[in-house]
Amino acid sequence: MWKFPRNCEMGRKKLVRTQNAGGHKTMEQSNQREHAMKTFLSAATLTLSLSVSSLAVAEPIKIGLITTLSGGGAGLGVDTRDGFMLAIKQSGNKDITVITEDDAQKPELAVQIADKMIQSDQVDILTGIVWSNLLMAVAPSANAQGKFYVSTNAAPAALAGAKCNPLYFNAAYQNDNLHEAMGEYANKDYKKIFIMAPNYPAGKDSLTGFKRYYKGELAAEVYTKVGQADYAAEIAQIRASGADAVFAFLPGGMGISFMKQYAQSGVKTPIMGPGFSFSQDVLPAIGDAALGVKASGQWVKDLDNEANKKFVPAFQKEYGRLPSLYAVQAYDAAQLILSAASKASVKDTKAFGEAMQAADIQSPRGKFKFNTNLHPIQDIYVTEVVKEDGLLTNKTVSKIFTDHGDAYAKDCKM
Amino acid sequence: MILSLALEQLLNGLQLGVMLFLMAAGLTLIFGVMGLINLAHGSLYMVGAFACAVVAAATGSFWIGLAASLVCAAAAGAIVEFLVIRRLYDRDHLDQVLATFALILIFSEGARWVFGSFPLYLDIPPLLSGAVPLPGIEAYPLYRLAIIGVGALVAFGLYLLISKTRLGMRIRAGESDREMIAALGVDIRTLYTVVFALGSALAGLAGALVGALQSVQVGMGEPVLILAFVVIVIGGIGSIKGALVGALIVGLTDTLGRFLLPSLLGLILPASTAGAVGASLAAMLIYIVMALVLAFRPRGLFPANA
Repeated sequence: MWKFPRNCEMGRKKLVRTQNAGGHKTMEQSNQREHAMKTFLSAATLTLSLSVSSLAVAEPIKIGLITTLSGGGAGLGVDTRDGFMLAIKQSGNKDITVITEDDAQKPELAVQIADKMIQSDQVDILTGIVWSNLLMAVAPSANAQGKFYVSTNAAPAALAGAKCNPLYFNAAYQNDNLHEAMGEYANKDYKKIFIMAPNYPAGKDSLTGFKRYYKGELAAEVYTKVGQADYAAEIAQIRASGADAVFAFLPGGMGISFMKQYAQSGVKTPIMGPGFSFSQDVLPAIGDAALGVKASGQWVKDLDNEANKKFVPAFQKEYGRLPSLYAVQAYDAAQLILSAASKASVKDTKAFGEAMQAADIQSPRGKFKFNTNLHPIQDIYVTEVVKEDGLLTNKTVSKIFTDHGDAYAKDCKM
Repeated sequence: MILSLALEQLLNGLQLGVMLFLMAAGLTLIFGVMGLINLAHGSLYMVGAFACAVVAAATGSFWIGLAASLVCAAAAGAIVEFLVIRRLYDRDHLDQVLATFALILIFSEGARWVFGSFPLYLDIPPLLSGAVPLPGIEAYPLYRLAIIGVGALVAFGLYLLISKTRLGMRIRAGESDREMIAALGVDIRTLYTVVFALGSALAGLAGALVGALQSVQVGMGEPVLILAFVVIVIGGIGSIKGALVGALIVGLTDTLGRFLLPSLLGLILPASTAGAVGASLAAMLIYIVMALVLAFRPRGLFPANA
């Protein structure tokens, strides 16, 4: 009969854990209060000091950062969180509280966390989700409850067109963008391409985007399982297809597996893909098999602008590794929120939204502005994987698009 | 060209099957002898891959890493058996599932704590890298051929171990009647620890071999665990022979399905739709096969103790 109390204990532990997550936030709040106390040390009473402090500082903002911190996709979430927190830390803004939770790449969990953050933590802004299917489960409902959502990565076509929302901002791109860039790039050298992506919304957006700009013939269009680890069957098809290049969108662990197996297969057809297939989070694990691969990105480590020259060393100093695309996107999302916070109250959604739309930030990408559907208009580059001081990284080859928006903005009526 | 592609896909299916056999053999052995459902088997696969990656990075040799993966997975298995599993034999399967599920979480978060969330680097040894031409096939990766070879050796070794040795006799006796062999003076506790360590070592071996082909990261064991369960359900729970046949069926079905279904659908649907629909159907195919097998042979193809 003692298995019952054991179960109870498990439940209790879980409860304690959640309280800890909350405890973190209350600690930050009490830090704030201490700070205020110190500032107004001379004030006679606590009540007085608190009332004065609330007049003296801007309104506090609570941000809920939901991202993937466990499981196979955790590398992407960790970079998202670290990029976001770097901008918050650099700003020194004490009025902003960030509550971070792990969605384990599960849509149902992301929805639960979002509900909890909106209802019990009363956050003003949600952000951080990496995956499009999770974003579709969270962002529209958060917007319906009057909360901002600022996307650090996922950008499904569904939310860029007719279903755009004045409370939904995307600081990264629209899902199709980087694939469109590769389609345009492929026109130059290739006539018959084998294209491949995982079978989920962003995978379909990917191949749609590629085909929108690519003019040549397709050798085959293959969808793989999400999270697939063995690509022997697909590589055999590539070998038999007679394609002159392969375009593969396989983020995270999928790309690592594919590239390693491809390098061993004896197939020499050149590979290209969007930036996230060969981003800084996966390059060390792919190893030299990635050398020479062409990819696209709206940010590259070696971009020549002031903000980037500050951002890359700052990130390296703070976390001891090179930043990835995800880190930059999250960094800019945090910058956008910070810039709006300095101009308007988050409770006044119209003013805050307009302040965010102005995009008054110094992005490591260089130019950055919002389109009418609140998705970025930005330059997109083609990159190549190279080895620098023994580390694999991406180097800019050429600019493929200037001030590139997305194909869905025309359907957005706000 | 078509024949060459078909042959290559057959070999790919065989290789996936062999890899699944390494996982499923340990799983089914542990269930057959101890009656234990071990969800943490995928974690031992991860332990093998991580041990191989870390040791190979430190020593520069994949082979030392491979040896380390066997030792580490076996040791992890023995420790887990001694600390946790031992208390579960007399309990029902629900308790076993709960406890071993907790072990998955402990192993995963432990690995994340020690190694971080980013995938580790593990490459194929130079000796086995590259591709070789085979009769009828333009080129086939040498490493995948080596995996097929290792799997065949392990299957043969397990056959010898179980049918020809004293340990194997005890394992078979333990499967049939554990009270009786305990009464005959066999140290059943040690036997269980040994069997568990053996199953774990096989999982660790699979993890290390596959880790060099795929990405070594936290959570890599769970997708394989699900496939391994499908394998032993098809093969008959507790039967090594069933695990071998089940693994080959699943490996071939999955690989050929992924390759053939989209092409077949392409004959009646536009290419893009055929690709997406075919991929979705291919993902379901092994479960459809499992359901069919269970409909006609509810205890699997080669039920143990039948």
